[in-house]
Amino acid sequence: MKIGIMVSEGPYSHQASDTAYLFARNAIEKGHSVPRVFFYHDGVNNSTKLTQPPQDDRHVVNRWSKLAEDHGVDLVVCVAAGMRRGITDEILAPGFRISGLGQLVETGIQCDRLVTFGD
Amino acid sequence: MSDMMDDMEEGGEGVVKKFMFVNRKAPHGTIYALEGLEVALISAAFDQDVSMVFVDDGVYELIKGVNTKGIEVKDFSKTYRALEGYDIEKLYVEKASMDARGLTQDDLIVDVIALDSAEMANLMAEQDVVISY
Repeated sequence: MKIGIMVSEGPYSHQASDTAYLFARNAIEKGHSVPRVFFYHDGVNNSTKLTQPPQDDRHVVNRWSKLAEDHGVDLVVCVAAGMRRGITDEILAPGFRISGLGQLVETGIQCDRLVTFGD
Repeated sequence: MSDMMDDMEEGGEGVVKKFMFVNRKAPHGTIYALEGLEVALISAAFDQDVSMVFVDDGVYELIKGVNTKGIEVKDFSKTYRALEGYDIEKLYVEKASMDARGLTQDDLIVDVIALDSAEMANLMAEQDVVISY
């Protein structure tokens, strides 16, 4: 099954990004495809390479980057939501790109399921 | 990158799915209502079959007489009136959410269809894509 994902909360302050990541990784391991993860609302804060968690904690951003590298997952950050929150191309972690909300709608159209993570 | 990217690029042209945007939050206090409205407007450009529903505090998004001067944020309530111009005409509220807040349709800035919870559940079950915030 082709599964699209939306993440609507920031890292660390909320579990949404962790759960979305674990869901995506496990879905791929089970043979599904996750073509795209769309980051919206405070979810755009999952994309910055400036993120530096303590060493004994998981690195939410790098985990997403690795998923993109290993499995070709398209990590899309909403441009409008990102600009509001200071997310620009200069600070994007590997695997992320900035694009428009149309990419979220397109994901809904093209995937068999769109699974959303947030409040 | 990828086989999966290629997957995304094939197909999709001319597909019309039933999209539902579920608005559950008050218009101010968090950004969900404002950014949610932006998604609904964009979806119209993709010629999808769009419904918007308002439940819980989400019914307050449609209330008349909003004045945001005191909290110094943008008042976007008039945008809901513009939805019709984007061919987003299916607007629903949940009766119980209205009743719990003492609201009637006269309190709202747009015409809506009021559904009870069972009707709302049926409508949701018919959708292909449900995005909720």
